[in-house]
Amino acid sequence: MLDASLLQQMLIGALLALSVYLPLRCGQLSLATPGFYAIGGTVAALLSTRVAALGAAEPVYPLSSVLLEMLLAGLLAAGLAVGIGSVVLRLRGVYLAIATIALVEILRVTTLNQESLGGAVGIFGIPQPFLAPEGYVLFTLVVLAVVCWLCDQLERQRIGLAMEAIRDDELAAACQGINTDRTKLVAFILSAALAAVAGVISAHFLNSWNARLGNFDASITTLAFVVFGGSRTWPGPVLGGLLLTALPELLRPVGDLRLVVFGLVILLGPLLVPQGLITPERLQLLRRLRRRNQPAREAGR
Amino acid sequence: MQDLTQLLFNGLSVGAVYALFALGYTLVFSVLGVINFAHGAVFTLGAYFTYLLIGGAVGANGVLAGLQLPFALPFWLALPLAGLAAAAVALLIERIAFAPLRSRGADPLLALITSLGAGVVLVNLIQLLVGAESYAIPTSAMAGLPAAVRLLGAQVRTVQLLLLAVAAVLLVALSLWIDGTRSGKALRAVSEDAVTARLLGIPSDRMIQIAFGLSGFLAGISGGLVGLSVSIAGPYFGIGYGLKGLGVLVLGGLGSVPGAVLGGLIIGLAEACVPAEWSGYRDVVAYGFLFVVLLVRPQGLLGKVLPTKV
Repeated sequence: MLDASLLQQMLIGALLALSVYLPLRCGQLSLATPGFYAIGGTVAALLSTRVAALGAAEPVYPLSSVLLEMLLAGLLAAGLAVGIGSVVLRLRGVYLAIATIALVEILRVTTLNQESLGGAVGIFGIPQPFLAPEGYVLFTLVVLAVVCWLCDQLERQRIGLAMEAIRDDELAAACQGINTDRTKLVAFILSAALAAVAGVISAHFLNSWNARLGNFDASITTLAFVVFGGSRTWPGPVLGGLLLTALPELLRPVGDLRLVVFGLVILLGPLLVPQGLITPERLQLLRRLRRRNQPAREAGR
Repeated sequence: MQDLTQLLFNGLSVGAVYALFALGYTLVFSVLGVINFAHGAVFTLGAYFTYLLIGGAVGANGVLAGLQLPFALPFWLALPLAGLAAAAVALLIERIAFAPLRSRGADPLLALITSLGAGVVLVNLIQLLVGAESYAIPTSAMAGLPAAVRLLGAQVRTVQLLLLAVAAVLLVALSLWIDGTRSGKALRAVSEDAVTARLLGIPSDRMIQIAFGLSGFLAGISGGLVGLSVSIAGPYFGIGYGLKGLGVLVLGGLGSVPGAVLGGLIIGLAEACVPAEWSGYRDVVAYGFLFVVLLVRPQGLLGKVLPTKV
């Protein structure tokens, strides 16, 4: 049941969850992640199939080209995020959420209607850097590990703490001398770049790309990842992304009911675990327990 | 002139649906300050209820394949009943997805998720029960009414006039209720400040339930009307309207009743004016408007600026 292809989707789910988590860490509910994910996928699909110099003709598509696509897509998404972010981040709460939903829809409809971007049919025959899905899993695992490490660093840095302060009370944070606008923008840019990088990997893995991959449904699912896993520290979204992506597959035995059950999980999750599965307090408790066990084990040796 | 009239009516009737939709959001938003994302699913349910009540049979793909009610109601009776059934579902959603969070004083963000979850459950239940095929409510259901009438030198579909008329009646009734009655005043008090309202003896929870019931009723009615006008395109067909309703909502100003109406009509008319060769982009008109408004007038066309409180 847990084959490489599902594992790959779970890892992408974790990456996207982290992308939703970053703005949410400073209290900004942005649902733009699928839009930037779609941009990443489209960039990868266009570059790898249209630019011969990247090596589409070779038997195995060079990994360096994938990394280059990731860089370009990340930069493009970051650039767009600067422009869009400085406008939409002035909005708060529901307004921001709606504006980002609108952004995702505008991107989707534009891709759908522009033949050069794939149109309604999409782009096919995206070259493969790995011959087996296991290769993708390994590669994505490395990317996820790097991103997790970066998030961990971020949370310890001044800017990560500033984000948390904004989330708790924006006005108070501003009074402490935190540049709230810039901090929120940084979170939005990182979120956009991360989603685009995930899109690049997905485009190669899926072998084809179309406008439907970044839609409103995806906005919701990725948000559910974070709410379910916990939105206060990075292990939360990672766990949420892994679990909830796997859930519809694991629910296959219930057949047609599986999407109903999936909806029930999203509905009941916040009611049963309002803080999400992982909170900083629970992590600390875990760490303390481990520390208590360690000396005991050493003494026994 | 003839084309223009037709264009006008096309735009206005679509706009009326958007307005009803946005009003449903507005009612809930004004009392709770959150968006009910299950609203689109309630709209869809309203359309299916109407279809069943006028005696339509379920297709072959669902669990309920071949089901048909033993009676067939006329459309004018089926529509309000479908609205009431949708209102009951909306009340159920309030009880399950909103009330527990409210009593706990949880982050309003969570209500967004739970209502979405409720929407996902509803849409997939519909798919499970009646299948994903599209259903058409036959225009013959409007017993005796002609399919189209001549108006200002153009052929206008009766369905569109019906849509406009029903929307207008509902909107006026709602405004009168909110502005002119004691319970309407109570609703406004709750939307201003729920805690103070409760201290003054206004049953806040009751008012919230009324807001949900009314918004469900509006959604059910508009679902039935759209089903009659263009057919029910499967369990997901409310989602697109729901997303555009959000655009309308922001355009008019969150929490403003006249704003929701104005926003709906503007977007309906603007969409009708999109030339045929650009028709693929029709769906982004609402969102384009939304962005411009957010840039120029973030509180919406008729919204009020609320001061930030410390």
